Amino acid sequence: MNPLRLVRARPARAFTVTVDGRTVEALPGRTVAAALWAAGITSWRTTRGSGRPRGVFCGIGVCFDCLVTVNDSPNQRACLVPARPGDVIRTQEGTGHED
Amino acid sequence: MSESLTCDVVVVGAGMVGAACALYAAREGLDVIVVDRGQVAGGTTGAGEGNLLVSDKEPGPELELALLSARLWTGLAEELGRETEYEPKGGVVVAETPEALAGLETFAAGQRAAGVSALGVTADRLHDLEPRLAPGLAGAVHYPQDAQVMPALAAAHLLRASGARLRTGRTVTGVLRGPGGAVRGVRTDRGDVHAPAVVNAAGPWGGEVAALAGVHLPVLPRRGYVLVTEPLPPRIRHKVYAAEYVADVASDSAALQTSPVVEGTAAGPVLIGASRERVGFDRSVSLPALRALAAGATRLFPFLARVRALRTYAGFRPYLPDHLPAIGADPRAPGLFHACGHEGAGIGLSTGTGHLIAGLLTGADPALDLTPFRPDRFCPEAR
Amino acid sequence: MRTELVVVGAGPAGLAAALAADARGVRVTVVDAADGPGGQFYRQPAAELNARRPQALHHQWRTWERLRDGLAASGVRLLTGHHVWTVTGGPDSFTVHALLGPGQDEPATVHADAVLLATGSHEHVLPFPGWTLPGVVTAGGAQAMLKSGLVVPGRVAVVAGTGPLLLPVATGLAAAGTRVSALVESAGPRQVARHARALAGKLPEGAGHAARLLRHRVRPLARHTVVRAHGDDRLTGVTVAALDADGHVRRGTGRYLPCDTLAVGHGLLPQTDLAEGLGCHLDGATVTVDAEQRTSAPGVWAAGEATGVGGAALALAEGHIAGRSAAARLRGTEPDPAGWAPAARTREALRTAAAALDAAFAPPAHWAAQVTDDTVVCRCEEVTAGAVREAADGLGAGDVRTVKLLTRAGMGWCQGRMCATAVAGLTGCHSDPPRRPLARPVPLGILAGTAPDRAAPDRPAPDRPAPDRTAPDRAAPDRAAPDRAVSGRPVSESDRSPSEQASTGGLSSDRPPHGRLARDQNPPEAFEEGSP
Repeated sequence: MNPLRLVRARPARAFTVTVDGRTVEALPGRTVAAALWAAGITSWRTTRGSGRPRGVFCGIGVCFDCLVTVNDSPNQRACLVPARPGDVIRTQEGTGHED
Repeated sequence: MSESLTCDVVVVGAGMVGAACALYAAREGLDVIVVDRGQVAGGTTGAGEGNLLVSDKEPGPELELALLSARLWTGLAEELGRETEYEPKGGVVVAETPEALAGLETFAAGQRAAGVSALGVTADRLHDLEPRLAPGLAGAVHYPQDAQVMPALAAAHLLRASGARLRTGRTVTGVLRGPGGAVRGVRTDRGDVHAPAVVNAAGPWGGEVAALAGVHLPVLPRRGYVLVTEPLPPRIRHKVYAAEYVADVASDSAALQTSPVVEGTAAGPVLIGASRERVGFDRSVSLPALRALAAGATRLFPFLARVRALRTYAGFRPYLPDHLPAIGADPRAPGLFHACGHEGAGIGLSTGTGHLIAGLLTGADPALDLTPFRPDRFCPEAR
Repeated sequence: MRTELVVVGAGPAGLAAALAADARGVRVTVVDAADGPGGQFYRQPAAELNARRPQALHHQWRTWERLRDGLAASGVRLLTGHHVWTVTGGPDSFTVHALLGPGQDEPATVHADAVLLATGSHEHVLPFPGWTLPGVVTAGGAQAMLKSGLVVPGRVAVVAGTGPLLLPVATGLAAAGTRVSALVESAGPRQVARHARALAGKLPEGAGHAARLLRHRVRPLARHTVVRAHGDDRLTGVTVAALDADGHVRRGTGRYLPCDTLAVGHGLLPQTDLAEGLGCHLDGATVTVDAEQRTSAPGVWAAGEATGVGGAALALAEGHIAGRSAAARLRGTEPDPAGWAPAARTREALRTAAAALDAAFAPPAHWAAQVTDDTVVCRCEEVTAGAVREAADGLGAGDVRTVKLLTRAGMGWCQGRMCATAVAGLTGCHSDPPRRPLARPVPLGILAGTAPDRAAPDRPAPDRPAPDRTAPDRAAPDRAAPDRAVSGRPVSESDRSPSEQASTGGLSSDRPPHGRLARDQNPPEAFEEGSP
């Protein structure tokens, strides 16, 4: 069983995004976080203090742990932002802003 | 739990000024107790930006106190610089128009004569100093003596370094008096603290403490907001503010005034001030004030328009009618010393204030003429 | 745009309130951050995923259908993608300030005569060593990602913590194909059983969950806790241990459970930022309301978990009462408590049940003893438990605010939503209700007011022809989708049933609805079941 089968989903055709340069398929309607989870990726940020990896924690936009850089825009909450065809998703380091 | 305590000096107020009074008094060998109805740095100190400024002060007693304080901060930074996040970053005061620049340069010339280091910056050199400033500014003055600390950390670490006994969550309800009216300590809701000297370092609540001793000290709150951004890499190098800030500080208006004051912090967020309103102790948030702060900051630093404000808070500057603090012994209540009313400059002026109070407690010659700071200068008989 | 009643939050409480007020002729606008209605409880799969059987991930689906259909048939205007950062004004004129879309980089405002806050709750997680590792998610977060994204974070999960949410999360993950190796609940079987009567009456799905746990071979570990999450850059397993009756970890009971996912939660915390900003009185963590769900701030109502955590059925009852009260007050009539008596009875019964649940499902009393000094407590600012303890013990901090000032715990992106209760527990400090005047991060350019406001156009009065209100949707650029107004069909007087016209046509009367209206316009069926 998987979640798509459980609810008898018939998703539209997948598109591709890139994650740190790697091409990943994503289903329309999924957030960046859901697309990354589906691709087996669970962390996409390193903290600004100790450089530790982080990904989804609260899943509903409250905790800000899943911050990610999408199309050069830093500090996007991956659990809120929908994935779009051609998105360039980058692991966010530190503040997400260039020094 | 009630306890009776005895010491040489009781300091009322565990903010920055109280902490500095405790530190310098303890270093003179006095046994000090600090009481506060709230927490360490729980009042104005915890709501401040931690400015140690000479740049915004015109020649006169406050500037002399600021220069003394700056020297003392430099010395303290050698032992507590890291803990207090002391940064000798310097200040940059910018003028948006040639007229404002002319006024600023006149102001700076007077300061130079009083011993301030004030370096003129032409428009073409401004971005070497502060690369992300908006284009088209007329010029600036650079003040290398301006510095910054993290105020709550500074208060907490000065208190710890003082070795003073700290009693928070304890409200002063009265001032104990002996024969002849001499001050004998304070009464709190959790027991008496006996001491031959009481220092009123209660900030905007200093008038209430004075009233407990039966003396009048017209300290009033002047509300200000600070906006705090998301953490950023170091992008704003100095404390940067517009020339009109100096006029706002000196103003007596009760209405909302804002002038942009922008600075980075060691921890990453950028702090944005400064607004001034006389509305009592009202903490509710005023959207017009926040909008004015944001507008001023984005005008100075356009890149901030896309940066997010994470939080905002209000604080209350303790202000006296002539904008000078009350520092010194109160002849109306022997044994009572005042160290409050520093308005928005208390973090910076705290070291000088503490040093002067410690000198008074031990009978040393004061480093400054204290006449302009006399606590009884507002009572009719003294005029 | 301007409306009579603005409802913040499109979960069960907000929708019940909106429908109740709409049925009484009030112009209602609901704003919500999500893409569609439902809130967290009825969070729906993204439309493009075309789920034909979304109810497989839900409970009380019939109630949702009635809410959803009621919304479609109503005149309620729903503004999705609106992240509200503050509400200003009062007592009879308010402005809701929002940021649009997932990027939250455009402003929008809604003006209203009255405000109803249905802002819900978020999850509460207490720290333990390893809880910041990728693969550790909140129980509600795992469920939210599953419900909307139809995705699970890994292959083998442990569900842990305490509270009634853990059961549906465990069965939901298992049904979706995740191997759930254990359900680790810190409450003991007897503690839970002691409140079984309240549970059995109010959570009939509880028994079904238990059966499903068995079917999916999820091992229930009552009176156990996770003491550590293991892994370098990703979760590889957890150590769980038994608790004694006092809530201490029993020595020598630790065992390692390999897993790539830990879904953990310790209950829910009300979201009260907007209420606090409006000056509403808070009682501890919750917004204080009266019998009509009015807050202490005139013109402001609150319903649902912002006023106390108690589940969707309670939220529906509170929302219904709040909506009817607001409608009457807006019409200048006396509200009619007799008319909402069934909802009020439901509310009382469910509040009692919620209090019992709260007592049964408390985190282990001595959780703080498991938090090592090197454990990060503030996830945003990476403040460790050691630093928090030093602020209290070494620097004299006696409350959460002072610990924050001295350590930065709670100063980061989430503004202490994830760590404030942990800081209080670690230090034994008092914690005041949080003050967050900015309920969301706001770009300074928007705060400055220099960005154009992309507010939705004013909704026409019901007696004027209504334009096609889906137009802004189509006109909006794809990526930004700034104004996603969704609503039921346009309302005209002729659309209303005779009984509804009777209750709304004469503006001075707020006659209790009856007959078809009472059943069909008030979707929460709980009201009719409320009497014991």
